[in-house]
Amino acid sequence: MSRRQMHLAAHFPGVNNTTVWSEPESGSQIEFASFAHMARTAERAKFDFIFLAEGLRLREQNGAIYDLDVVGRPDNATILAAVAAVTDRLGLAATISSTFNEPYEVARRLASIDHLSGGRAAWNVVTSWDKFTGENFRRGGYLAQGDRYLRAKQFLDTVMTLVDSWRGDEIVADKATGEFLRDAGAGRFDVAVDQFDIRGRFSVPRSPQGRPVVLQAGDSDEGREFAAASADAIFTRHGSLEAGQAFYTDVKRRLAAYGRSEDQLKILPATTFALGDTQAEAEERGRRIRRQQVSGQTALRFLEQVWNRDLSHLDPDGPLPEIDPLVVDADSPRVSQGRAADRMYRDPLATAKEWRERAAAGNLSIRDLMTEVTSRQSFVGTPLGIAEQMERFVEQRASDGFILVPHITPGGLDDFADRVVPILQERGSFRADYTGTTLRDHLGLAPLDARSVV
Amino acid sequence: MSDTPLHLGVSLDGAGRHPAAWREPGARPDELFTAGYWADLVAEAEHGLLDLVTIDDSLGLQSADPFAADDRVDQVRGRLDASMLAARIAPLTAHIGILPTVVVTHTEPFHVSTTIATIDYVSSGRAGVQVRVAARPDDAALLGRRTFPADRDALLRELFDEAADAVEVIRRLWDSWEDDAIVRDGATGRFVDRERLHYIDFEGPRFSVRGPSITPRPPQGQPVVAALAHRAEPFALVGTSCDIGFVTPRDAADARGIVAAIREAQAGAGREAETVHVWADLTVVLDDDAAAARDRLARLDATDPCTDDARVVAGTPAELADLLVELGEAGLTGFRLRPAVLPDDLRHITRGLVPELQRRGLFRTAYEATTLRGHLGLPRPADRYATADTAGSHS
Repeated sequence: MSRRQMHLAAHFPGVNNTTVWSEPESGSQIEFASFAHMARTAERAKFDFIFLAEGLRLREQNGAIYDLDVVGRPDNATILAAVAAVTDRLGLAATISSTFNEPYEVARRLASIDHLSGGRAAWNVVTSWDKFTGENFRRGGYLAQGDRYLRAKQFLDTVMTLVDSWRGDEIVADKATGEFLRDAGAGRFDVAVDQFDIRGRFSVPRSPQGRPVVLQAGDSDEGREFAAASADAIFTRHGSLEAGQAFYTDVKRRLAAYGRSEDQLKILPATTFALGDTQAEAEERGRRIRRQQVSGQTALRFLEQVWNRDLSHLDPDGPLPEIDPLVVDADSPRVSQGRAADRMYRDPLATAKEWRERAAAGNLSIRDLMTEVTSRQSFVGTPLGIAEQMERFVEQRASDGFILVPHITPGGLDDFADRVVPILQERGSFRADYTGTTLRDHLGLAPLDARSVV
Repeated sequence: MSDTPLHLGVSLDGAGRHPAAWREPGARPDELFTAGYWADLVAEAEHGLLDLVTIDDSLGLQSADPFAADDRVDQVRGRLDASMLAARIAPLTAHIGILPTVVVTHTEPFHVSTTIATIDYVSSGRAGVQVRVAARPDDAALLGRRTFPADRDALLRELFDEAADAVEVIRRLWDSWEDDAIVRDGATGRFVDRERLHYIDFEGPRFSVRGPSITPRPPQGQPVVAALAHRAEPFALVGTSCDIGFVTPRDAADARGIVAAIREAQAGAGREAETVHVWADLTVVLDDDAAAARDRLARLDATDPCTDDARVVAGTPAELADLLVELGEAGLTGFRLRPAVLPDDLRHITRGLVPELQRRGLFRTAYEATTLRGHLGLPRPADRYATADTAGSHS
């Protein structure tokens, strides 16, 4: 029972090709029943939290709305406020852009969800700056790439200033004396920084957690530093044990500079899985899922995202194109718009070279190659096999847990909850029940210290 | 007596409309920030078969002064975000409409549209929104991106023009997905039919929005839009953009004038054929004994005088029913009652007034529709972007 404890979260299936929408069991991505189902499954399995990504503009490719993947989602803070009504302990993590929102409004939403859930709110802070998304907002796409972490940092700091503007002891509500507030200045704040010049009184009294749990995703050096300074958990995409260990070591060593201990920042890679009664069955299932995730059309669209060219004339079962990727500067429109991954391949020419070598070595078609580079499951095996692999990642400091990304809405977590979680619990690597009520409790985060006391 | 059934809603805010409400014996001032408090109130309203509840909100902290912040400590201060609250309560109810108040100046119309659409999904078609403007400089300072003209009339014109633009964007975004845009066509590999997704391409002085929405068309097609209106600019907003106007007449004659102003704006916007409700707001203190109700109001006012924009009525449910009938004859189609004290006056509404109106044949005895539009007699509207080509595939 002395195994290192892992943390588990559920990622509601997103609007990319990981989500398979064509299976008979593929349900609605928008009806509340789907969110309630997955949240209840995650809570039954004693997960730390459920996680929702954000959408602010429908993706486009080759000048038209991208129609091959699931499209359409709710406002995620709003849907999580509703999920609070059908769960009691599960943390609720909403992705909210620091670019197309105002700190005052985001702080109100998060503090309100925290009150309405009894202390379960979390915020995944993301940045975006593209003109494409900005076309839906007052602000437009004005933010220079170099300013996005500055804005994110100042945005986050400002939200924390706002939620900290109530200490928690101001409300007396004494009917006899008529004193409602102890302090006539409750909620007062004044922020004057590059990005924000705001003042007044914040309207939401201190919530159960005080501050929402802060999640951050981002792999750049700036992103890692930002997380080390400010986040409670990082959402990563490192697949292999070795890559995970390197990231883990690098990020954890940055914490000391901010006076934080290593257990105060949880590293949680996004994780896909394929389960089977036998290893062979799991592998067969994994292959089948990958074929569903990467159709011939999807493979071509992927290739276009790196090549930044219309390649719809190519045969997905044929070889990679002779022509090289079209390299443009960061602010120029691309063949694909509204997709964070468009910027993942920072050096498209190097990626093309690597892929050509890989295709030549394995005699791979476009679809074969795209399947291999984009959709291999993190863990493939029997329930026991997957439990052991996950424990190895945690024991060997490649992660502190996982954010599971099922490929089916809304039942894609059911098998994992029913078959893998009981094994983890039996082996003592995952909680058998919640021991606290707030998300901070679940994640083992220290009580808010002096930095949050005004 | 009119034989047209009345529509009824309640406005929920803090411990009740009266500033001294929180000190009443039945008040729960230490629970104002818990889900349970609001769940109980909305359940009580639903027990009374009411059309809807509205949940009050503002950008900044409450103030007794309508034009500036104050530093009073003897009144309720602090509010939850009304949209989050509405979403939290929606799954716990099955029939009643839920309208959070949302400030549509300063904020992003895109976020308002997807938020209300999401509440409509969560409630299976019972969402609406009460839109409002934020006209105080201290409200603007909370978001910090604009300064106001010094002239108050010019400011209100600017803000209500902006509110009308915001509602236009919100509504276009709701329609930007046709109902059957999601096709899940395995044969072609297409999840959506992009021909049934529409750019809204709104351009105005304060914002431009390209679209389409990120959220598919909500269950009601168009959730219900309401606004509180005291003067010409908001009367015009109701007439051109809303499904319900909440108004504050002093008496039946005043109500006639207000209704006429809104109908004129409605006609001017070419909406004669549409149903636009005009409901009077009344703050109510109710008791089975008329003297007890008046005594209670006097006691509340002695503690902290109520300066209300709506008429304050203290009396029995039967007296209130008489007044609603009288005002109804002036052309009002319903009433939004503001319980002076929660939960006391809400219970007098649901357990006193509603049975009284039912006895007179003026109020429903069971919910007959499943959506808020249904309660209000509003049809599910066609999508403004549907062409004969795409809409034809419905049948």
